[in-house]
Amino acid sequence: MPADNETLDTVRSVTQSGYKWGFETDIEMDVAPKGLSPDTIRLISERKEEPSWMLDWRLKAYAAWLQMEEPNWARVDHPRIDYQDIHYYAAPKKKAGPKSLDEVDPELLKMYEKLGIPLKERAILAGVEGADQEQPRQIAVDAVFDSVSVATTFQETLLKAGVIFCPISEALRKYPDLMRQYIGSVVPVGDNFFAALNSAVFTDGSFVFIPKGVRCPMELSTYFRINTRGTGQFERTLIIAEAGAHVSYLEGCTAPQRDENQLHAAVVELVAMDDATIKYSTVQNWYPGDANGLGGIYNFVTKRGACLGDRSKISWTQVETGSAITWKYPSCVLHGVDSVGEFYSVAVTNNHQQADTGTKMIHIGKGSRSTIISKGISAGHSNNTYRGLVKVLPSASGARNFTQCDSLLIGEDCGAHTVPYIESRNRSAKIEHEATTSKINEDQLFYCRQRGLNEEDAVNLIVNGFCKEVLKELPMEFAVEAQKLLAVSLEGSVG
Amino acid sequence: MNAISVPEGAAGFLARFAAMQGRLPGDSTLRAAAAEAFRALGLPGASRGRRVEAWKYTTLQPLGGMSFRSAEPAGKIAIPDSPARIVFAGGRYREDLSTAVPGFACFADQPDFGELSWPDRDPMVALNTMLAEDGAILTVPAGIDAGIVHLIHAGIDGTSAHPRHMIRLGGGARLTLIETSAGSGRYLHNPVSEIHVADGAVLTHVRIQTDGTEAFHLATIYAAVAAGGTYDGFTLNIGGRTTRTEIHATLNGPGAIAHLNGAQLLTGSQHADFTSVVRHAGPKGTSRQTIKNVLAGHSRGVFQGRIEVARGAQGTDGYQMNRALLLSPDAEIDTKPELEIFADDVKCSHGATVGELDAEQLFYLRSRGIPDNEARSILVRAFLAEALDPVTNDIARGLLEDAVALWWEGQAG
Repeated sequence: MPADNETLDTVRSVTQSGYKWGFETDIEMDVAPKGLSPDTIRLISERKEEPSWMLDWRLKAYAAWLQMEEPNWARVDHPRIDYQDIHYYAAPKKKAGPKSLDEVDPELLKMYEKLGIPLKERAILAGVEGADQEQPRQIAVDAVFDSVSVATTFQETLLKAGVIFCPISEALRKYPDLMRQYIGSVVPVGDNFFAALNSAVFTDGSFVFIPKGVRCPMELSTYFRINTRGTGQFERTLIIAEAGAHVSYLEGCTAPQRDENQLHAAVVELVAMDDATIKYSTVQNWYPGDANGLGGIYNFVTKRGACLGDRSKISWTQVETGSAITWKYPSCVLHGVDSVGEFYSVAVTNNHQQADTGTKMIHIGKGSRSTIISKGISAGHSNNTYRGLVKVLPSASGARNFTQCDSLLIGEDCGAHTVPYIESRNRSAKIEHEATTSKINEDQLFYCRQRGLNEEDAVNLIVNGFCKEVLKELPMEFAVEAQKLLAVSLEGSVG
Repeated sequence: MNAISVPEGAAGFLARFAAMQGRLPGDSTLRAAAAEAFRALGLPGASRGRRVEAWKYTTLQPLGGMSFRSAEPAGKIAIPDSPARIVFAGGRYREDLSTAVPGFACFADQPDFGELSWPDRDPMVALNTMLAEDGAILTVPAGIDAGIVHLIHAGIDGTSAHPRHMIRLGGGARLTLIETSAGSGRYLHNPVSEIHVADGAVLTHVRIQTDGTEAFHLATIYAAVAAGGTYDGFTLNIGGRTTRTEIHATLNGPGAIAHLNGAQLLTGSQHADFTSVVRHAGPKGTSRQTIKNVLAGHSRGVFQGRIEVARGAQGTDGYQMNRALLLSPDAEIDTKPELEIFADDVKCSHGATVGELDAEQLFYLRSRGIPDNEARSILVRAFLAEALDPVTNDIARGLLEDAVALWWEGQAG
């Protein structure tokens, strides 16, 4: 989520816990009764005016989910989730699909203003001070509020270029053939417990289609927010880049401050054809809970990209500072010859946060290459785990992987863990993996303090340096925001 | 008890326990508990639907369908001629083949199950605890340098051996223990060793496994190292059909050191799993691990290594390196190096590399007129020589080099 300068300036000061997105917006909501059953799923499908095959698909996912057990292999600990105690559908009371901003509830617009999202089509972000005013960067935003997408900007401009960027519920109505072909093609309905749950009850999300040879004229961005108490958010994103297409997509998330835990179980599917490139960036800032570990979002997400085409490329960049618990492994399945997968991650945990995150790189195509750079920072009483898999199948001659996982510990009550799996079945594949764990270098800290920085600023500076390799992969607006977020997340962890 | 169904593959071993129960030495309650644990855990991979993370890459399914008997107390076997040797055949101590070693006793006479093992968690340890008939109880008193002791195990066709060894080094004591395991035919060697290294003591433990190609070798070692003590371990795995070396080393006192080095040279359809857990429980401990795999034929090498740093184990220095060289298109390596860290003032790192012979190095040698075959041979031997570098004891090093040379001859021919 790109933020304006004002947003950045106010980041530090606002709420006690440093979580400035903790407000709740008072909007009349259309909420389904709590609980999950075929009836809930029928209701969702009906509200979304979905084709009947979609309902069947959802029910199939639900049937699969009933047979599955919640995974317990991650290094995370939480009370049992009662899946019947969640609202699976919550939407602002408004007829679906507002045609222009005038139709949008003013409360909603106020909320987005607070969040610093440039929802209005004219709101154009200047990257840095004195940036070229004549050709400002433009970003198209899809905003998802609890269960539904409330506004998507720049849709017309994009359509002119042939790019489809719309809520996934709209795509189901307008582009059923594309949806039917691709939904579940990368993450099948029965892939895992949370993906199956999502497939059964997902309510909205973004759909992106970049046709052959098109370079998307602007950055695409989706903004996710959980607002209503007792809801779960289950969004689904599908991005398809046809041969030679190119797209950069940004994702941001926030939630109000509450003492209860809320579930967020999303699925993201990416498909890249020959020579296509998809760059997917996330700044995940769901409410992390308070200093005692009360409340916060459970962020259990399945993200996977298929590099189907030769020389295709999928790049995941994530900055994870929020959520009480993060369970997330953005992956690349490298089918194409010379296809490329990348994963750049910064995960920060403080107080009682738990993060178990990493990636999977599955090498199938000849000459496929992957790079994994993961930076974990643990403070307070938190636990931060990198979990990853690099797998080379016999067909992937000449495959190449480089992995670097570094962990930084701040304070003696936190934990940092690294669990990489490396499996090679092709001798010509070359795999290198390195991991280090250490605390903040005393010499560096001394050097900064000696030059008059207070301890907190010094730590922030060092942490930003530690994460530099990842932050530089982010689009500029995100990078600025991410740096500030790191500082906020680590507030109070020093001294 | 009857309510629990017997998992696949476990029935034969449980039946043997039922038959032998009254005659086995040591704590019968502990054995009965181990039998219950084994009944619950089963053989890893042998029962469907029971996936255990610790055995992710190794299955003992082929072992499940086999039946074994206990070894006879006598019979002719060939053993190396070492001045201080303790010989076991099929899991039984052979006084006739051994020499007198000070501080040695038989497990059969002085059963000692120790306190470090986890029969409730580790199925092979449960199996061993249930069926152990004999083993080496070796004690080196404080301040004594016991020199070199050779612990020899000969596998006997059709038998399963579950020796239980206990090695205790008193404060400042020293010992070089060379352990060899060899044999021919189809057999199971399932030893559990418990090792205590007291303050300032040094144990050099060199293990050379050249079991027959139909053999199963599943060894578990628990080592506890006190302040300033050193456990310097090296394992060479060459033989066996399915082998696993599982080492748990705990550094309890300040300044304790553990080296868990090793090499696995595999060919044909061999499977070898090297699993290590180094636990830094006390402050200022140092651990070093370098494991090399050279994989030919259809072989599969596995390395799982975890460095754990407990809360309060400040000043820990842990390092682990795993390298694999794949010599054939059908070989496979699976590696899982883990760090689990709960203290902040630590320096821990691991690295892993997987690949074939380096094309540039090969080119360098070829450009100097060395034929392709010879160039490859030079590079593989260099890779292996480097793996053996941590072993400084001349006698142990000599034995290792002989074993490696023999393996390499087998590959070249």
